[in-house]
Amino acid sequence: MTTATTTTVAPGTRRVARSPLRPVRDALAVAGRNLIAYRRVPQLVVFSTIQPVIFVVLFRYVFGGAVRSIPGVPYVDYLIPGIFVQTTVFGAIGSAVGLATDMKSGLLERFRSLPMARSAVLAGRTLADLARNVFVVALMAAVGFAVGFRVHTGALAFFVAMGLVLLFGYTLSWVFATVGLAVGDPETAQAAAFPVMAPLVFASSAFVPVASMPGWLQPFAEHQPVSVTASAVRALVIGGPTTSYLVQSVAWCAAILLVFAPIAVQRYRRTV
Amino acid sequence: MTDNAIVVQGLAKRFGEVVALDGIDFQVPAGSVFGLLGPNGAGKTTAIRILTTILRPDGGHAEVLGLDVVRHADEVRYLIGLAGQYAAIDPNLTGRENLRLTGRLAQMPTADARTRADELLERFQLSDAGDRPARTYSGGMRRRLDVAAALVQRPPVVFLDEPTTGLDIYSRNALWEMIRELVAEGTTVLLTTQYLEEADRLAHRIAVVDGGRVIANDTPAALKAQLGSTVIELGMSEDARAARAGELLAQRLDANPERDGATVRLTSDDGSRLLMDVLRLLDDQDLAPATLAVREPSMDDVFLALTGHRAEAETAANGARRGRRGARARGAA
Repeated sequence: MTTATTTTVAPGTRRVARSPLRPVRDALAVAGRNLIAYRRVPQLVVFSTIQPVIFVVLFRYVFGGAVRSIPGVPYVDYLIPGIFVQTTVFGAIGSAVGLATDMKSGLLERFRSLPMARSAVLAGRTLADLARNVFVVALMAAVGFAVGFRVHTGALAFFVAMGLVLLFGYTLSWVFATVGLAVGDPETAQAAAFPVMAPLVFASSAFVPVASMPGWLQPFAEHQPVSVTASAVRALVIGGPTTSYLVQSVAWCAAILLVFAPIAVQRYRRTV
Repeated sequence: MTDNAIVVQGLAKRFGEVVALDGIDFQVPAGSVFGLLGPNGAGKTTAIRILTTILRPDGGHAEVLGLDVVRHADEVRYLIGLAGQYAAIDPNLTGRENLRLTGRLAQMPTADARTRADELLERFQLSDAGDRPARTYSGGMRRRLDVAAALVQRPPVVFLDEPTTGLDIYSRNALWEMIRELVAEGTTVLLTTQYLEEADRLAHRIAVVDGGRVIANDTPAALKAQLGSTVIELGMSEDARAARAGELLAQRLDANPERDGATVRLTSDDGSRLLMDVLRLLDDQDLAPATLAVREPSMDDVFLALTGHRAEAETAANGARRGRRGARARGAA
C-alpha cells in the first residue's frame, strides 16, 4: 500500500500522490465524462450540430435575399461570421442545462464528497464545452464553405477569427454555468437561458447590419458582445479595419470572465 | 486516536429560519453499524451531509477517523464513501464508466480504478449490464450502482442515506447482505432509515432523531424492550365502539391500550397470549373488531413511546431544507 498524504488510509487502496496536477487530471476526467453525453444524448447532438446547419440554410437561402448587407460583399460572407458567434451562444445553454442536471441528480453531491479538486466540475464543464465548440465551429466552417462562403483575407486571419469565436464561447460557458447552478433544474435552466440569449443574438450584427435597426436599439446592438465579436470575426475574414472590434471583443471576454468565473465558483461552493 | 470512527458533538445547522440540526451528539465505534432513525425532516440527511464534508456546520464539531470534517475536509474525503438519497450516477455513462470515473476522481491510479470497477460490478450483480448506459437501468440497479460507487475507493467509513428506500424486497435483502459483508471486513457504516425494522436488522446502535435532536441512543434490543415486541391494532367500526373497547381492555388486561379514532392499539411482549385474551373479552361484550392487525413495532411506535407524539414527516419540498416538524396533534384515548 502506498499513500502520499494521510496515515489513515483504507487498507488495500493505492493512490496517486496528491500532486499539483490533481486539478488538471480531475478537470480532464470530468470533461471526458461530459463529452460522452454529447455523443450519447440525441437532443444534445441535434442541438449542437443540426440546428446551426438549419440556421445557415435558413438565412442563406430564405431570409438572405431580403437583407442588404455591406455593399460589394455577398450576404453569405456577412452571414457566416455571425453564424459562428450565434452557434457558440446557443451551444453555451448546454453548460447551464448540464450543470443544473448534475445538481438535480445528486451527482454534484457525490463529487463534493470525493477527494477531487474543487475546481474540477466547473473547469471540466467549460473545457468540454470548448471541445464541443471546436467541433461545431469546424462543422459550421465546412457548411459555410459549401454554401459559398469565402475568406477574403488569408489563412492566418481566418484562424485568428476561429480562435476569437472559441474564446467567446468559452467566456459564455461561465455565464451559463452560473445560470445553471443558480436555478438548479434543467428545464428552468433552459427557460432562464433563453431571455439572456435572445436579445444578445438577435439584437446584434450577427445576421443583419445594425444600421437597419431602429435608432433606440442601435447603441445597444452596436456595442454588445455578440455584435463586436461578430464584427471582429467579419473584419478578420472579409478585411477592413479590424483592431477596434478585436480589442472590444477581447475586452468583453475578459470582463465577463472576471465577473462570472468567481460568481460561478462561489455558487458551486455553496451548492449542494 | 480513539476507537470511535465517527464522533459528533453539539452539531448544529440551520437553513435560514429552519433549524435542521439543533445540537446532536453521538459516537460510532469503528467497525460497527450505526443507525440514524427518524422521519423526513428529522435532520438525518443534514447530519450525513456535514459528515461527508458537503455542508459546513454552523456549530459543534464532527470527526471522522480523528479528522475534523471542516478543517481536514480533503483528508476526510479520502476515507469516506457516500450513497445519498438519490442515486448519484451519470445516466449517460455506462455502469462501468460511472465506477471508473468515481475511482479516478477518488485519485486512484487509472488501472486500479478499472480493476475495482469490474470487481464491484461483479459483486453487485451488474456485470451483464456494465456496458449499458445507466439510464437504461431499473431503480434497483441504479441504487446498487450508487452504493457500488460509494465503495470504489474502499473507504473505511461508509455513509448510506436511506439506502433501501424505494427498493423491492429482493433488492433490499441483497443490500442488507452487502452491508453485513462490509462490516465483516471492518468497515464502519452510518446509515439513516425511516424503518425500525431496517435499523434493528443492521445496526449495533440506533440514535432516534427528531426535530434536529437525538431523543434516544441505544441498542436495538433496548429500544424495542421499551415497546414490547408485538403491536396489535384493532379497527372498530366506529369511534364509540373503539372507546368502549379501549376502556374494557384497560380495566381487564395488563396492557395499556391507546385509542386513535376508531383504532385501538396495544403492545406486548407476549403477543399471542394478549391477542387471545383481547379477542375473547371483546367477543363476550359483542365488540368484535372490524379489522385486526398484528405486527412488529414500527418507527411510529418508537416515536410514540419516546415522545408521546407520532412521527409526522413534514412535507417539505426540498430535502436539503427540511427542518423542524410543525405542530402535531394526536387524539388518543
